[in-house]
Amino acid sequence: MITLTHFLVVSACIFCIGLYAVLAKRNAIMVLVGIELMINAAILNFVAFGKYDEANYGGQIFALFAIVLAAAAVAVGLAIILNVYRKNNTINLDDIMDLRD
Amino acid sequence: MSLEVVLFYAFAALAIGSALLVVSLKNLARALFLFFIVLFAIAGLYLFALADFVAITQILIYVGGVLILMIFAFMLSNKELLADLQNTSKQFLSLPNWQAALLAIGFVLVMGYGIYEWQGFTPDWITTNLRNGAIISPSDNTINEIGYKFITQYVLAFEVISIFLLMVLIGAAHLSRKESQQ
Repeated sequence: MITLTHFLVVSACIFCIGLYAVLAKRNAIMVLVGIELMINAAILNFVAFGKYDEANYGGQIFALFAIVLAAAAVAVGLAIILNVYRKNNTINLDDIMDLRD
Repeated sequence: MSLEVVLFYAFAALAIGSALLVVSLKNLARALFLFFIVLFAIAGLYLFALADFVAITQILIYVGGVLILMIFAFMLSNKELLADLQNTSKQFLSLPNWQAALLAIGFVLVMGYGIYEWQGFTPDWITTNLRNGAIISPSDNTINEIGYKFITQYVLAFEVISIFLLMVLIGAAHLSRKESQQ
């Protein structure tokens, strides 16, 4: 029998791996991957709790919305990263100092 | 241990192990392709919470869309990515690796303690639904139900998110277009 705790532990581990990627990586794309890992851990929690809500299907529907929002965030984020690369010729976050020209 | 539990542990180990590899590999292309495996394993985990539609959506959107975008970005900024980016610095949002690892491990310990303490206190709505049998069962037709919910109970959120997606589409296209010469 798989309980709620199983899901919570797995998603806590994945969330913290994502947190590590966001804090430690210097590459903008890897930071984005870390954010995606954290979002996926949160969605796993939504889905795990949503199993106990047959009346509203709240967990699964919110998970679907969250997936769409994460995909939108990645699209805009990668467009910004490409612009930064075009302007600064690097995506190393330590070397990017300016917000404007 | 039943087959279900064994499969759950296999998917969980696959997800956590590949995620650890993603953050520890120096080669960005390998890390991105391992990220595929993490997403597939998490989609497998959704199935154990009886969310088959969410699992399929995860595979379609993340593996089909997000990762292709990431690989595009990886190829378009290729020159810099081949260089090793592991130099240390003093800025806040780029801590040295051991400090970031310490923070992450501390956070997982805090969350683990929270989960451990929480176990005795299942929320009321869960116990009520368990008692009434109002939980999703493996024989339910969830895709059908989700379709009805989307166009009745959650129709406002559904419309708002469609407008939002249009905004994102225009915004991303605007951001990534070539600057015109003034």
